[in-house]
Amino acid sequence: MPSSVSELILVAVMLTNLALLGMGRLRSSIRMVGLQGMTLGVLPLCVSSQGLMWPLVVIAVGSFALKGLVFPWWLTRTWRATNAQAEVAPIVGPSASTALGAALIAFSFWIGSRFQLPPNVPVVSRLAMPVAVATLLSGLFVIVTRRQALMQVLGYLVLENGIFVFGLALAHEEPLLVEMGILLDVFVAVFVMGIAVFHIAREFDHIDVERLTELRD
Amino acid sequence: MVSDSTRLSNLLPLAFALLFAPLLLGLINRTKAVFGGRCGPPILQTYYDLRKLLGKGAVYSRTTSWVFRAGPIVTLAATLAAALVVPFGPCDAALHFVGDLVLFAYLLGLARFFTVAAALDTGSPFEGMGASREVFFSALAEPALLLGLVAVAKAAVGRSGWFDLTGMHQHLNGALWLDAGLVLLFVGVALFFVLLAECSRIPVDDPNTHLELTMIHEVMVLDHSGPDFAYILYGAALKLWLLSTLVVSVVVPRVSPVWLDMLISLAGVFALAVGVGVIESSMARLRLVRVPQLLVGAAVLAVLALVLESQI
Repeated sequence: MPSSVSELILVAVMLTNLALLGMGRLRSSIRMVGLQGMTLGVLPLCVSSQGLMWPLVVIAVGSFALKGLVFPWWLTRTWRATNAQAEVAPIVGPSASTALGAALIAFSFWIGSRFQLPPNVPVVSRLAMPVAVATLLSGLFVIVTRRQALMQVLGYLVLENGIFVFGLALAHEEPLLVEMGILLDVFVAVFVMGIAVFHIAREFDHIDVERLTELRD
Repeated sequence: MVSDSTRLSNLLPLAFALLFAPLLLGLINRTKAVFGGRCGPPILQTYYDLRKLLGKGAVYSRTTSWVFRAGPIVTLAATLAAALVVPFGPCDAALHFVGDLVLFAYLLGLARFFTVAAALDTGSPFEGMGASREVFFSALAEPALLLGLVAVAKAAVGRSGWFDLTGMHQHLNGALWLDAGLVLLFVGVALFFVLLAECSRIPVDDPNTHLELTMIHEVMVLDHSGPDFAYILYGAALKLWLLSTLVVSVVVPRVSPVWLDMLISLAGVFALAVGVGVIESSMARLRLVRVPQLLVGAAVLAVLALVLESQI
């Protein structure tokens, strides 16, 4: 395993997933997802074999700024405005979540080894597929097992990060337009979700998703 | 398969362990004293304590049985036996055979079992509480230790299956670091957490408190006195030495001249003791409910190392 920079980044992304699963506080979870966004923002600069190409630089700067800086700021602001509790209120506790996160990683490596890629596709690293799947699954896990509505937004962001790794690893020639389109979608989605969470909090004095099932007209 | 070339140098790791183990406790205490702005006890204080305790008589409660008396002796014996299979620097261990890393883990387990049994034998509710905690935390630390060692063994010796501590130790050179540095790094961190938990150092347990409600290891040995307590103290120091050499052997690669390797390994172990002292001076004990999280984190790091190793 030559420890190239892109592999180090992918391993770091895996560690941020595990750290996110083990966290009990909303504030630090937001920071951790921001850190993951920053780490992933550097990844496009390392995947190309023929030097820096300007579309990749645009993607790198865009995702670094959005996922690493804008989203954490916006989510922290929403969290302050809602006066929500500081804990993430998990259904599955931190230790069990981390252990399950390790199981998810092992599962993704198994899936990655079974996944048949077309032979002419240049893959960035053998770690890319498993890390993409592990990140996707961690995002889903966070969405399913956290009761705080803001954690669902974070889970969605992590899930999208997984798709981002997948796209970078497998589709070198993915057009800039598609990548920018996805970034714009995520941007709008997070903004709208933030506003929705804020309104839910103002109407019902909580953002506990378990109790959202009781909402009626 | 016991090696047939039992040379004198194979006894060096054992001799170092017997000789220098209490020094580590002194180093940790001296580091903490320096951080606290005190002079602190002499670095050799543990040796003086041992000599003093060995010269005293023991007091036994009438409620205790032979289990209580056997506890310290079996604990020390099992730890000494574990010291036989741990290599150090350029020297092979006194004994090495396939699978000795499992023996190592379970000899430490045997030592722990007898400490716990002796603690329960006293009938004191406090000791029972400490025993319960000790067993719980070590059950969580064990997967981290075993999985970490297996990951390193696989990375070092390959899939041919020579899973012995000495074989893996001698393969951990600079070239392996370039190949599988991340695996070794993760296992090093995981083993360090195991060391902190197993030797009851600060994020897990505070060795200085004598408030029974918050401590783990210290509370189990409250009723031992005299030579028995000396055995326990020496056993704990040996365990710290053994786990420290494991961490150092994973983190510090072998280098070519023998004397330099020896020097670096010794310096590594002593630096690790100073590092433990720095951690103890700079952070507080974790809340008891957070300790499992730390140990699960260590186990997860070991799993991650194992998974990464399979990708080499």
